Amino acid sequence: MLEIRDVKKSFTQPDGTMLHVLDIEEFRAKAGEQIVIVGHSGCGKTTLLHVIAGISRPDSGKVVIDGWDTAVLSEAERDQFRAAKIGYVFQTFNLLPAFSALENVMIGMAFADGRADRERAEMLLDRVGLSHRLTHKPSQLSVGEQQRVAVARAMANRPKVLLADEPTANVDSGNQQHVIDMLRGSCEQEGVALLLVTHSPEVAKQFDRIERLEEINRVLKSAPT
Amino acid sequence: MNLWKIALRSVQHRRLASGLTALSIGLGVALVVGVMVIHAVVTHTFQRSGEGYDLIIGAKGSRLELVLNTVYHIGKPVGTLPYEYYEEFESGRFAGDVELAVPCCMGGNYQGFRVVGTTPNMFDELPFNRDQISYDVSEFSTEEEREDARRRSQDRFADSKELFAEGKNFGWGDFYSGVVGATVARKTGLKVGDKFRPVHGFEADQGEEHDEFEVVGVLKPTGTANDRALFINIEGFWLIHEHGHFDESLDVLPGEEDAEAQPAEGQTAAEEHDHDHGADAAHADGDHDHEAEASHDNHDHEADSDHDHGTEMAHGDGNHDHDHAAEAGEGHEHEHGRRVTAILIRTDPRRMKRAMDLPKIINQEGEAQAAMPTEEVTRLLEGIVGNIQAVLMVFAVMIVVVAGIGMMVSIYNSMSERRHEIAVMRALGARRTTVMLIILLESILLSLGGGILGLVLGHALIGLLAPTIMEQTGVVVHALQFQAAELILIPGLVFMASIVGYLPAVIAYRTEVADSLSE
Repeated sequence: MLEIRDVKKSFTQPDGTMLHVLDIEEFRAKAGEQIVIVGHSGCGKTTLLHVIAGISRPDSGKVVIDGWDTAVLSEAERDQFRAAKIGYVFQTFNLLPAFSALENVMIGMAFADGRADRERAEMLLDRVGLSHRLTHKPSQLSVGEQQRVAVARAMANRPKVLLADEPTANVDSGNQQHVIDMLRGSCEQEGVALLLVTHSPEVAKQFDRIERLEEINRVLKSAPT
Repeated sequence: MNLWKIALRSVQHRRLASGLTALSIGLGVALVVGVMVIHAVVTHTFQRSGEGYDLIIGAKGSRLELVLNTVYHIGKPVGTLPYEYYEEFESGRFAGDVELAVPCCMGGNYQGFRVVGTTPNMFDELPFNRDQISYDVSEFSTEEEREDARRRSQDRFADSKELFAEGKNFGWGDFYSGVVGATVARKTGLKVGDKFRPVHGFEADQGEEHDEFEVVGVLKPTGTANDRALFINIEGFWLIHEHGHFDESLDVLPGEEDAEAQPAEGQTAAEEHDHDHGADAAHADGDHDHEAEASHDNHDHEADSDHDHGTEMAHGDGNHDHDHAAEAGEGHEHEHGRRVTAILIRTDPRRMKRAMDLPKIINQEGEAQAAMPTEEVTRLLEGIVGNIQAVLMVFAVMIVVVAGIGMMVSIYNSMSERRHEIAVMRALGARRTTVMLIILLESILLSLGGGILGLVLGHALIGLLAPTIMEQTGVVVHALQFQAAELILIPGLVFMASIVGYLPAVIAYRTEVADSLSE
């Protein structure tokens, strides 16, 4: 379902030199599979998620999701692809402050096909235990509640892959496990592949498949230690 | 959830900035609305005031002043004409060219409101359009035409009653009677049956008080200068002025000296007229006892006076049975010294060519001038009022444009703090063009909000100022007086919003998602 082959990504630094971030020979994930990706700070975890999501285009290689090679799609096509196939949960939740919890879930639907399925949005929020907080703005929600809205939003368009970038980093310890359970439970329910990036060993050890970026990213292998 | 709603939420989220931006646009739009409505109302009022007649005849001088003074009661008269000149239109050489001639005399006021001496024709005949004017049915050859003429005549008289909110027009013989405009009635409290004493001159409390006149009618509001005037029987006007009370500051009435210098002493004015509405002023003696005898329909009457101001008013509507021979032979002498400030003329539509030549003929002669009110008003509106309006409109539009630029700055400044928000939208699948469109829609919403606010403010302001405007100028305006031109405001604002929203929208378009997400 997800296949990454020979993907390279580098950035031009302010001094003009190139910073090589990713060089992945091969990475695969099956439909509904739940994978945790671990690695030290700055090892390219977020860049990998951006490349998979089509937010960044790789310099070379293929990123095939559900039969679509996002590396060759135009930017507009990648936007459309991302809206339809990818769910994204950010470390800082990134809820839109002007919109209510319900609208935050529905806005992604509007970007996907222009239609916002209110019933599904309400069901998703109900699933994460926020049916009583539909009309609340993000500023009126607790940190844990905000991340639950973010999870519901990521699931709104029935994605094929859900990418979670350190989703528990800003959540208090009491809520961390709850967020992880919600993510895993939601993906399992809808057959969505989950790629979760974390620093937390406690979170990582709950997953059957743990990928260490140091092992799959050749840039890191060749880097001086 | 569509893009409009997404844009609206963003606008709502920045309430204070959005509110102030919309308010600044609203104030500009309110000014535009104010200028539009006031100009339209003033134009309409000016044009409407001159309805019912084609020409104003007055003494030589400025034609515009003649029109302003006669129609709008602005300024002082340019001069006067001898009564005999008026008779030229009633029974003299111009009689065949005109359908109606109404004399006007000015030179007094009541509590600052202009007092106009005129004939009942001012309200019986003048306010009606040509197609409502009655004709002598004998002029028509077929019964159908005669019936049509009768019907028109009935319509006219039915409408005539509609002119008065209270009472009726003064009669030909009711020398010391008058009707008052709606504003005058409201401001002074005059009502039917009340008495008033005009004073000399054009400013309140300036001159000596005249004899009393009785109010017999109160006009309905017309939205014209007539609302702010009192109309008295021209006979009464002459009577009060012929006793030396004429405003001496008005050197525009040179004929008056002649009248004073040549009293028709010992003249017997006992005349018999075969005149339906003949009116004689009965000045019993020189002790200024202005007893006026009203001689009503079909009365034969006598008037005896030391001064002998017996008067024959010639009625030009064809309904009055004139005895011009009597006027020419006897009465004419009595009018000697009497003067009129202006003569309102309705030309005969059946003699168009001659009617068109009439102003030229009059102007070529030395005594008088003919002014076409529509022409003078158009010249005034286009030449002065139009330019003032254009300047005001330019200022008002500039305010809107400046407000628009303010809106652009406001949205532009918000873009730096919204870069992350836009990146999140992009990460959720929004295209570059989608976020660009959202910013443009925000700009349009702010403009529309400001525009609607401006329309409401503008009309509310007009409503608030309406009483003051009416009191100061006599112009009737209403809060809900909309102009068709206001319809272009909304598309105009949308166009402006698209332009000023373009720069911030381009910034949104260029937002790099990956970079902005990490900020």
